[in-house]
Amino acid sequence: MNNLHPNLQLTPFPTAIPAWQAPIVAGDLQLICHKVRESGGRLVAIWGRDRREAGFVLHVLLLTQTGLLCLNLPLSRQVPSYPDISRIFPSANRMQRAVYDMLGMAALQAADQRRWLRHAAWADDSFPLRKDFDAQAALRSDLDDYPFVRVEGQGVHEIPVGPVHAGIIEPGHFRFSVVGEKVLRLEERLGYIHKGIEKRFESSTLQQGAKLAGRVSGDSTVAYAWAYAMAAECIADKTPPDRALWLRALFLERERIANHLGDLGYLGNDVAFSFGFAQFWILKEQVLRHNAALFGHRYLMDAVVPGGVSVDLDEAGKKVLSEECAMLTREVQLLRRLYEEHAGVQDRFIGTGRVAPKLAAQLGLCGLAGRASSQAWDMRVQFACAPYGMLDVQMATHQNGDVAARVNVRFDELLESLRLQREIMANLLGTGDLAYPLASLPANGFGVGMVEGWRGEVMVAIHTDAAGNLDRVHPHDPSWQNWPVLEHAIIGNIVPDFPLINKSFNLSYSGCDL
Amino acid sequence: MYQIIRQIIKTGIKTEAAPQSDESLRVTPAHLQQQILDAFGGALSIRLVDAGSCNGCELEIHAVNNAYYNLEGLGIKFVASPRHADMLLVTGPVSRHMEVALKRTYEATPDPKLVVAIGECACNGGIFGTDVDNYASCGNIANVIPVDVAVSGCPPTPVAILQAILTAISPEK
Repeated sequence: MNNLHPNLQLTPFPTAIPAWQAPIVAGDLQLICHKVRESGGRLVAIWGRDRREAGFVLHVLLLTQTGLLCLNLPLSRQVPSYPDISRIFPSANRMQRAVYDMLGMAALQAADQRRWLRHAAWADDSFPLRKDFDAQAALRSDLDDYPFVRVEGQGVHEIPVGPVHAGIIEPGHFRFSVVGEKVLRLEERLGYIHKGIEKRFESSTLQQGAKLAGRVSGDSTVAYAWAYAMAAECIADKTPPDRALWLRALFLERERIANHLGDLGYLGNDVAFSFGFAQFWILKEQVLRHNAALFGHRYLMDAVVPGGVSVDLDEAGKKVLSEECAMLTREVQLLRRLYEEHAGVQDRFIGTGRVAPKLAAQLGLCGLAGRASSQAWDMRVQFACAPYGMLDVQMATHQNGDVAARVNVRFDELLESLRLQREIMANLLGTGDLAYPLASLPANGFGVGMVEGWRGEVMVAIHTDAAGNLDRVHPHDPSWQNWPVLEHAIIGNIVPDFPLINKSFNLSYSGCDL
Repeated sequence: MYQIIRQIIKTGIKTEAAPQSDESLRVTPAHLQQQILDAFGGALSIRLVDAGSCNGCELEIHAVNNAYYNLEGLGIKFVASPRHADMLLVTGPVSRHMEVALKRTYEATPDPKLVVAIGECACNGGIFGTDVDNYASCGNIANVIPVDVAVSGCPPTPVAILQAILTAISPEK
């Protein structure tokens, strides 16, 4: 990592994964990003921070072959602007726009300067994450008019969809430009469920923040709670008890199992194979019921806390989960065969919504969808935090990048998670401490946590103030990277295949709208 | 095909008995005439509006469609447009960016209509706070549109959601 720039002063984070930070000057930002990109690295997240008299800081989190690198770029109070990096990492586009909306920190000469998270709920020149933001004075209830890119030509027409969608799904707006049935262009507009989560963190205690982190995206509650706890433990420079780490891995794999089961059911449903929906959702319901009976919550909310976990698993519970594992393995293998042998299902899956590996690499596609397009990154494999280092996780990848590939990766990961669940239980012996007390954090701390959620890498960064309170918390969902790629996946497909393609990615709205 | 039929037979019927209605969930006194409720009771169409939830409540609303709770078996189904709906199921807090969309969806739903607020945040703003302490939130659903029945929980279980729906279409006891 030292070869990225001669002046890079790297400081390691005392966190569960390999991670470093380094202060940089504005002139070096693009250079370092270029180097990371050339060596096969990726952009994870961008966020800003208002430090009052000391100005602003821009944080750019990159993932290299050796670990995470957080670049800290101080900006002046008067001119809080920085060099655009969206030409190097296309996924930076929306993140930079969100940083402007929240803090008024601008990416100089960025091609796309449209607002992203802000629609019209607050004044154009107020920025909610600035410490002097006056909510009452800033509120507006105008209707905004977003400048969508128009596609023109003979026979081209637009189909506006949302924000209220036709299914049971989160809100967002999709603008399709089509000729006949064929999609020429899709443009997404999100931000509808922006509910001030980042601002809310700033008035939360460490414990309240853990609950809030677990509700950034409800389907990934374990991943967020773990990433948040990891960031807090990084600041406190402490490691949870072994038993807590094993239980966290168990919860994270159960979250992956439940979500993959649900998605595989819906992917069947979306190609009119309702048998698949019925079968997979029976399996998912059994997982959820076991969660409720053994851990007190169907989705394991609040099971991971800073310092450890809040619930244990006894021998009787292990027996229940062992039997569940055996049943699920058997049923999933059977259903996989039925999906694979069904000509109608495969006809709809194969070749639909294809993202070629080269495009995936260019755009930074990550997580499950990335692995289905040859982007072989899995935090549990390359940067395994405890206890994953002892589990030898087998990464699932595919090179076709179509709906069928994303279905295949889900099947492979589901079966691997069931294997991991068995291994984890074999390591959960006797009893032990579930957590060490972590009531508050040291002052002026900065920590990062990142885990491989079912959708992809979930990252949480925490900054504390001079009193050790939460000064700034930034949760990052892998959907930030993947939403823009969905716009490419649909090109040339027909409109009725959009629900199927969309479901095969199954991205989070709440996790990005914040 | 043989394998599929075999699996269907092996699976059997998983559906459990529906819960009873629960008057304590009622927010607004019942305002629909008995005849209409009888008509709804036979077939109810629901439109879901996520007005700002974390997606947790949606997971449980999906679950009421699974074989165990079998919502469609009760003659209740989700429809794609508010114009086809008798009931709005609303999750949230209502984000300020969804306020107009929620109001328009409510207006697009033909009378007589029912509104059921689903989840802690829909009832009282929940962990995200309210219009008093969050610049981006309008708070609970009743701050934006009239609510008939509300069920809390983070998220409420599928049984609690079913109970709320059934309470809304039952005559007040």
